[in-house]
Order: sequence, then structure tokens, then C-alpha cells
Amino acid sequence: MVKVLLWGTLRSAADGQAEVEVAARTFKELLDELAARYPGLEPQIKRGVSLALDGKIYREAWFTEIGPDSEVVLMPYMTGG
Amino acid sequence: MALDAYQKREFKQVGTRPNRPDGVDKVTGRAMYGADATAPGMLHAKVLRSPHAHARIVAIDTSAAEALPGVKAIVTAADFGVPEDAFLLDVQDHCMAREKALYDGHAVAAVAATSLAAAKAALNLIKVDYEVLPHVTDVDEAMKPGAPVVQAGRAFENVPAGMSENVTHHCEFGHGDLDAGFAKADHIIERSFRTAATHQGYIEPNACLASVTSDGRADLWVCTQGQFFYRTLCAAILGMEASQLRVTASEIGGGFGGKTMVYMEPVALALSKKAGRPVKLVLTRDEVFRATGPTVSSSMDVKIGMTKDGRITAAQARLRYSGGAFHCGTVDFGAQAAFAAYDLEAVQTLGWNAMTNRPKESAYRAPGAPLSIYAVESVVDELCQHFGLDPLAVRLKNAADKGTKSSYGPTFDQIGLKATLEAAKAHPHYAAPLGPNQGRGLSCGFWFNFGGNTCVSLSVNTDGTVGVTEGNPDIGGSRASISLMAAEELGIPYDKIRTIVADTSSLGYNDVTDGSRVTFAVGLATIKAARDAVQKMCSRAAKIWGIDEDAVEWVDGAAVPAGPNAGKFPPMTLAEIAAVSAETGGPICGHHEVNADGAGVSFGVHLCDIEVDPETGATKVLRYTVFQDAGKAVHPSYVEGQMQGGAVQGIGWALNEEYIYGADGKLQNPGFLDYRIPVASDLPMIDTVILEIPNPGHPYGVRGVGETGIVPPLAAISNAVSRAVGVRMTELPMSPPKLLKAIEAKG
Repeated sequence: MVKVLLWGTLRSAADGQAEVEVAARTFKELLDELAARYPGLEPQIKRGVSLALDGKIYREAWFTEIGPDSEVVLMPYMTGG
Repeated sequence: MALDAYQKREFKQVGTRPNRPDGVDKVTGRAMYGADATAPGMLHAKVLRSPHAHARIVAIDTSAAEALPGVKAIVTAADFGVPEDAFLLDVQDHCMAREKALYDGHAVAAVAATSLAAAKAALNLIKVDYEVLPHVTDVDEAMKPGAPVVQAGRAFENVPAGMSENVTHHCEFGHGDLDAGFAKADHIIERSFRTAATHQGYIEPNACLASVTSDGRADLWVCTQGQFFYRTLCAAILGMEASQLRVTASEIGGGFGGKTMVYMEPVALALSKKAGRPVKLVLTRDEVFRATGPTVSSSMDVKIGMTKDGRITAAQARLRYSGGAFHCGTVDFGAQAAFAAYDLEAVQTLGWNAMTNRPKESAYRAPGAPLSIYAVESVVDELCQHFGLDPLAVRLKNAADKGTKSSYGPTFDQIGLKATLEAAKAHPHYAAPLGPNQGRGLSCGFWFNFGGNTCVSLSVNTDGTVGVTEGNPDIGGSRASISLMAAEELGIPYDKIRTIVADTSSLGYNDVTDGSRVTFAVGLATIKAARDAVQKMCSRAAKIWGIDEDAVEWVDGAAVPAGPNAGKFPPMTLAEIAAVSAETGGPICGHHEVNADGAGVSFGVHLCDIEVDPETGATKVLRYTVFQDAGKAVHPSYVEGQMQGGAVQGIGWALNEEYIYGADGKLQNPGFLDYRIPVASDLPMIDTVILEIPNPGHPYGVRGVGETGIVPPLAAISNAVSRAVGVRMTELPMSPPKLLKAIEAKG
């Protein structure tokens, strides 16, 4: 199981939890599991999210492996200028 | 260790300052910019724009214009489809108004004619029947109940019920117990701030040449930060297959984020398709201001508690951004960046985006971050004044560091903030005396940076030179930096390498030149492409020597036997291997494709001295020093240029630049005479101090440097001005009339 930190606006879609536990080994599995378990998160996931894994930010990278002790933080999809 | 991880090494070429490859062309006028493209039979296009801030388009009659001699095509929204994708629909609607004109200057029709004069004359013959609607251009007004609704039904699911229909997006970040944190404070300051929308102010107006042939193939030559993304958008809007649209990026006269989005390119393609001839469309400066993408405007509240010894106990920000008449998520970045420089136990940022009758926001260096950090750094400075504390010492005391849980969630890895603050503290600038009416301000800045989709191809020519093909327009010196990294890896001189920017049919997809990504991500791909070529060259040498390729290594630009057991052969240089490549297996190339991650966040600290004329309210910047972590400065002159450019643009934002809308909702100052950007004579030399704290996610330790530089100036200047005049300034820009009013109000 991986603990995933959600940003504030997402928490209402996850039963008010700031952190949820999901069974996932990769970024893709994590997103699929989150969307399946909390349908309210799906619109944001479809619009795009980034994933901070142990402090390193990934924008896509479905197959990025997530360790059971990794710090996993969901973030809005990053863009820049 | 992964090949993309940082490995400490002694650089031979990276870190030097060779001449820029585009310099001669640019100073001699040979560089080909967007408006320089021509084609046989080319038509000229002009765009008819709404004179109203908000109006329903009842009818458009183009018959008289179509009958004008020389007019070959006219398009309106009726010539485009209605994309299902909401983002794409917004992009298209911004290019051409569909049912409503949503802001002053919104395109409603476009003409292609045999001359510019005929196109202009035709615009006057197009009759548009408008039903003028109430408008709103202020973010706070737009959020009030009963405000004119810019577009209905656009709110995301995250917007709380009961808010104005203009509110499209809401976000919240943070951690900890705010109430407990504020209870620990010896003093709390809460302030409200406002910032005006500004434009990137690129010198080259948007320009393109579109050519669609009768068999459905098309070419677009355009001034852009991202030819591949432009292809994606234009192909989708025009209903074309990507392979049939080739987009070629011109030389670029500035972008800063503003040329990451299409504005009139789909219109030029639609005109060309209809006319059956190439169409050139060049915006005027007035059109650039009115109808491309400025920044968000903002209204913000910040509350920070501090102990008397300078420890921040809790912090909260409420950010209200407007990205114009469309959905905009920039407030996400402002909210995440606001407190990134601080190690906080209790922090919360809340953000909202509200639509207004203004053009669609486009990115501008570190989008959203300069505003929120301006507000935060202003309150931190005021708290320092309240307690009589040194503002640098307070920032050091609270600075985020490796292991800090950031205000937006992740725990920081190695970051350069404390080193940057220490460098500022030790710099002579910080201790220099100040005179009357002068003030010193400082601010931290932050940007995330990212990598993204990148593709690089490297070819070893038979004469021993090398060509590197990348897919990102060079807006900040990337061709030089890429050549330097290839030279470093291959072990050949910089001037033996030429890096070019490919069109969309010549290379795999590359993300836009944004997010401070190119030196990081394209550099990473270039290093790996060079290693790919090196491996092939070692293999060729092994074949020539008749030894196993594992027994060959690459040292200083040559293949050599890897140790005494490999045999005794003289080194074969790159040129020697290249010269016989046809005989040893054919051309030698290296490639790498990646969606790069691990860009590494970037911090900076700016220090400035200003003087305010108490009789006029005019502010003069006396001294300005930028301290920034570059990870590794590949070409230090370009890094300094990025730091200086960001500082100057931020100075303009702080002191003069603003979109001014009249009560009629029309933009009052769409030109550089009334929209005042800083020029060289306004400024001192911007000093720079580059710090190099290696990014663990890049083989050379590179971090992006393009965006962080614009983040601190707003607060640094405001803090300096506030200290000089003895009044806390809370609105940008601090133009002379506003500043004089504040000085006079103080008495």
C-alpha cells in the first residue's frame, strides 16, 4: 500500500482525507486506483496531475515505480513560461 | 547509478563563454523572424476585432467586403467547427469569437487580400451586428454575486457552491494547524494586495505565414516557443492530421511564455485553405496587447504570524486571480509557490480563478508565482520592520532546506535557498550605505521547473564535425548550451558543432520551450544522444582494431583501448572514425527520446536599492543584485542574461507596467508609449551572482534558470520603496501617481 497526499481541494472528493492509501506499484496504477475508488477525483485526474515522488516531480511517466515507503504527493499538472 | 543522475566531474567546455551562434545574424539583420517569411502568390491578412468588452454577435455580413477587388477569403467563427474538448474550444474561441465577443479586441472576422491595403479596406466593409452586454474587468467585481457573467457553466467541480458563475476554479494547499500557529505568534500582520495584468512585452509581434494546398497538406512558418504544440492545436482546430501540417519555427524576438499559445495561426491557416494561396498574418503592437495573452491580474490577502525573534508560526494566503474571459489554472501555481521559500509548521493557501472581460491569459515566466510571492514577501518584510529584525536573517531562520516539507506538499531534496541567502548576506551590496529617500529591499523567489517531452538527434559528419538537431526554439541561448554539452560529452571543440532547431516533420515531438526546461531536458537528451554516438564510434574502432567493443573507451574525443589487456593501439579521434564511417558500417548518429523528469526546483534572492523622488513619486533603481542557483551554469553569460532579463521584467511589473481598462471595458494603453517597459537608460547594471548547487536529476547538475528571475523583483522593489517612503505599498505597479498619493496621504 502507498500513502498518497492529496492537495486540499481534492480532499472533499476523498471522504475528507488528506492522505489516502492505495495499492499501486506505478504512477499509472496509482491514478487508476484513485479514480476508481474516488470517482470525484476523476475530473481532475483527466485534466492532468503531476506526481511528486520523494520530492521529485513527474508530469506523466505512467510506469514510474513507487516504493511502499515512498513519499507520494499529488499535484496539479505543471506548466510554465 | 542511472546515466541521468548527477555525476561530479571536471568540465572542460561546459562553463565557458563562447560566442553565441545566432549573434552575427541578429546584429546584421539576417536573422529570419516570423514576419520575414514570404511565398509566391502570398496574400496579406488582417483581423476585425470587437470594439466592445462584452457583446453578443447577432450577425456578421461579409458580402460587401467579399466584393472588394483583391479580397480572396474571409473567415468567421462559422468557418471553424466546435471542438468537444473544452481546452481546445477555449483556444479556438480566443482566436475567433463564436457567439460572443468576450473582450475589447476579440477577433470576429479575418480577411485575406492581395494587399495589406485591400485587407484593411475590407475590414471596414464587414458589418457586425452586436448586442452590447454588461462587462466586468476587475477580479473582485467579477466574483461578486450579480456580476455580469462572462461565460456561463464553466466552473470546475472544485468550485464551492454559491459563488459567482465567473469563478471557474478553486484550489487549496498546505498543512498544519493554522489556529495553533497563529496563537504562538507575538505579532500577526494581515494585508491585502492587488497587482495589474502585464504583458510579456516581447519585441517581435506575433507573425506567421500559412500555406494550405488543395491536396490538404499545409505549412506554417511562425514565431513560436513551441512548433510542435502549435501543430497539435492548429491541426485539431483545422481538422487536419498532424503529419499533413509542418510547422517551422522562425527566429524569435522574445516570448517569455507569451508565445506558447496560438492566437491567430489557425485563422491564417483557415484563410489560406479558403483562398488556396499562402497567407501572411502579422499582428500590430495594438493587437498584441489587446488580443494575445497577458498575465493574470490579482487580488490577494496574506496573513502571517511571527515570534519576536523572527520565527514564522503560521501563514495563510487567499489568492484571487483572473486569467481573462476563459478558464485559467494559473492560480494553482501561485498558491503552491507562495510560501515555498519557508519551512513552516502551519500554512495554507487558497486560490480562485474568476473570468473577466479580458484576453485569455498566457504564461509569463513562472506564471502565477511573482504575484503571490510579492504579497508574502511584503508581509514578511513588514514583520521584520515591526520587530526591528534583519530581513535576511529572518529569511535564513525560516528558510526551506533539504528535508523541509514544502508548503505545497513534497519534501525538498537538495535545494539552494540557504546558500543563496548566505551569498546575499555576504555580498558588499547588503552592507552598502543608503542615502535620503532611499530604501533597500530583498525578496526570495521560487519556481518549480520541469523537463518534459524531448527528442534530440546528433549526426557525426565525415569531416569530423557534428550536427545536433533539437526541437525547441532558442529563446534564451539553448543552441549554445546544447552545443557546449555535446562538445563536453564528445570531447571535440565547441566550434565543431552546429545545433539547429528542427521543424515538426524532422524530429519527434518536443514540448514547448517553457518551464525553464530546455537546458535541462534537451541538454539531458543531448548528452545521452552523444553517448549513443560515442558507443557507436567505440564499436567502429573496436572493429578496426579487431578487439571486443567492450574493450574500447572514449577519452578526450577519441576511442582508446580500455586498459593494457585490450591491446596497444593509438587513439582514434572522432574525425578519424568519422572519415571512414562509410567503410565501417555507414553514417554514425546518436539519438535520444525522453519525457524528462527531475528538473529540480529553483530558488533566487534579489537585493535592490531604490530612491524615490518625494515630489513626483518617481522611483529610480540605484543598485540591483541577483543571486540564483543554476545547478551548473552551462554558458554563464546566458545564465546571467536570464537572471538580468527576469529582474528587469520584474522591475517593470513593479513600477510601471499595467493593463489599464476604462469604465467602458476598453484597454486604454495598447502601445509601448503608454505601457511603459523599462529601457536601458532606466536601469543600473544588474549584477549577478550564480550559485551552483548541483541538481541530482541531471548528469551535469543543471537546473533551469529562465523563470525564477522574474519572481523576486516585485517584492524586492516594493519592500525597498515601502522602506524609503515609510508607507507599506500594497498595489502594483507603484507608478509615480500612486506612489505620490501614498506619500501625500502619509503627510
